[in-house]
Amino acid sequence: MNRNVLIGLVAILLVAPFFLYPVFLMKVLCFALFACAFNLLLGYTGLLSFGHAAFFGASAYVTGHAAKEWGLPFELAVLTGALTAALLGAAVARLAIRRQGIYFAMVTLALAQMVYFFFLQARFTGGENGLQGVPRGYFLGVVDLNDNMALYYVVAAIFLAGYLGVARVVNSPFGQILKAVRENEPRAISLGYDTDRVKQTAFILSAGLAGLAGGVKAIVFQLASLTDAHWHQSGEVVLMTLLGGVGTLLGPVVGATVVVTLQNRLSEGALNAYVPVVLGAIFVVCVLAFRRGVVGEALAFLKRGKE
Amino acid sequence: MSDYILETKDMSKEFRGFLAVKSVNLKVQRGHIHGLIGPNGAGKSTFFNLVTRFHPVSSGKIFYDGRDVTHEKPAALARAGMVRSFQISAVFPHMTLRENVRVALQRHSDMAYSFWTGSSKLKEFDDKALDLLDQVGLLQYADTMTVELAYGRKRALELATTLALEPKLMLLDEPTQGMGHEDVGRITELIKKFSAGRTIIMVEHNLNVVSRLCDRITVLQRGAILTEGNYEEVSSDPRVREAYMGGASHAA
Ligand SMILES: Nc1ncnc2c1ncn2[C@@H]1O[C@H](COP(=O)(O)OP(=O)(O)O)[C@@H](O)[C@H]1O
Ligand SMILES: [Mg+2]
Repeated sequence: MNRNVLIGLVAILLVAPFFLYPVFLMKVLCFALFACAFNLLLGYTGLLSFGHAAFFGASAYVTGHAAKEWGLPFELAVLTGALTAALLGAAVARLAIRRQGIYFAMVTLALAQMVYFFFLQARFTGGENGLQGVPRGYFLGVVDLNDNMALYYVVAAIFLAGYLGVARVVNSPFGQILKAVRENEPRAISLGYDTDRVKQTAFILSAGLAGLAGGVKAIVFQLASLTDAHWHQSGEVVLMTLLGGVGTLLGPVVGATVVVTLQNRLSEGALNAYVPVVLGAIFVVCVLAFRRGVVGEALAFLKRGKE
Repeated sequence: MSDYILETKDMSKEFRGFLAVKSVNLKVQRGHIHGLIGPNGAGKSTFFNLVTRFHPVSSGKIFYDGRDVTHEKPAALARAGMVRSFQISAVFPHMTLRENVRVALQRHSDMAYSFWTGSSKLKEFDDKALDLLDQVGLLQYADTMTVELAYGRKRALELATTLALEPKLMLLDEPTQGMGHEDVGRITELIKKFSAGRTIIMVEHNLNVVSRLCDRITVLQRGAILTEGNYEEVSSDPRVREAYMGGASHAA
């Protein structure tokens, strides 16, 4: 079953750019990775961060800056961005991790707003204009990433690595502790697990992965902007994850695909101004009708079929 | 090594002006099954919360295994061998029974926190997990989602998970509550069997179970120790009879 899902996913990734515009696909993949990172926290640890755009955005800026101003090659620029996001994640986790439930969400939101205002004020970010003209560079020094097809396959590989990484963490011994914390934190403590440390580690992994997504996005669009770090972005990743199916591996990927597709479709026509309304409506329907999200409902349906 | 594995000295707990535990001096002898009984609201669960460090004490001291643990972290105490169960069943609902027990078993291994170890490694714990599930009569449900279990069975699973850690000192808060007659018998036997070489403190309303298991019994009433002794001494104490008739559920 899982193997088939993986083979299907790889096949789709391989052929997709022959049917769809590669830049659009890369956007989908960046957000899918972002949502996978977020899901590691919400779906598998039970922590609702409402400030994940801070990590996505911070890495976008740092990656962009590293590639443009420091002349770092693609791989190092993205790595620098992701590590910065992980460090920022460590700092946020330190301050937020002891808070429970909605208070945790509020602290992450507040800290993310501080990060946002820092980017708004800082000089290197280009303020309202954003950091433009980020060079795409070469992959491993040879493959010219200005070719959209070449860049697509690099991005697809990064996405796949991230996706498989999340899958591995979730199924590891550590992943079992994450689930235990999600399910019943006091019980996990009484078994001897230092749950603050566990949550902190998960948060840092998630922030780093969100950073990887943000960095790649900055390279693809050659732009890092305030949108990346805005709280709207934090909300959208929540929506993608819930829509696709929180706590399922594939859910965030499906959710991100749906949301990005809708955004693109709607913004082409006269409906541009209504994108948030449509997304909001979908969210409401999703919460009311398919509480488990697309993939969650599908899995539940398959399971019922078997019984 | 002291004869007592756990000792509280003038331990008190106040909740907004209400003294739930009043200056309790309790010693638990190594190797005993020590019963903690008393009417509802006497402070038994609070006593557990205090000695396991889930709640900070308001005053007094706690000694475990010869050292002062009054300010220890609860997870660290658990790693030092003091493991508790909860009065309200504490399981991981959206994990299978097998996974529930395994997550306890993996704690002792060096890969407990490893996030880059494959899932196949977890299978190492399967034999032990299934054996424990068998002992509490839940083997046939090994791959059921715990959320689907009846309440009494969740309690049994919780016990299996606690046993998985092989604790030195085990604190059980009403382990047979919510169980059918047969299960109570099975769990009583299991606790007896498991008590060899370790110490158990148990809160229990079923006096049958208490009389069969406990070497020593402390009676709590309104947060304070009313009396202490073996079952005969305690059960013949008129004050205990009165406290029980006055308050709580009891079984004969
Ligand atoms: N977290 C808490 N906050 C306030 N009061 C509490 C808390 N926990 C217990 N109490 C009070 O302390 C008293 C003892 O409760 P508890 O230890 O649960 O009793 P028992 O387990 O013996 O039935 C009760 O009156 C209860 O209401
Ligand atoms: Mg109680």
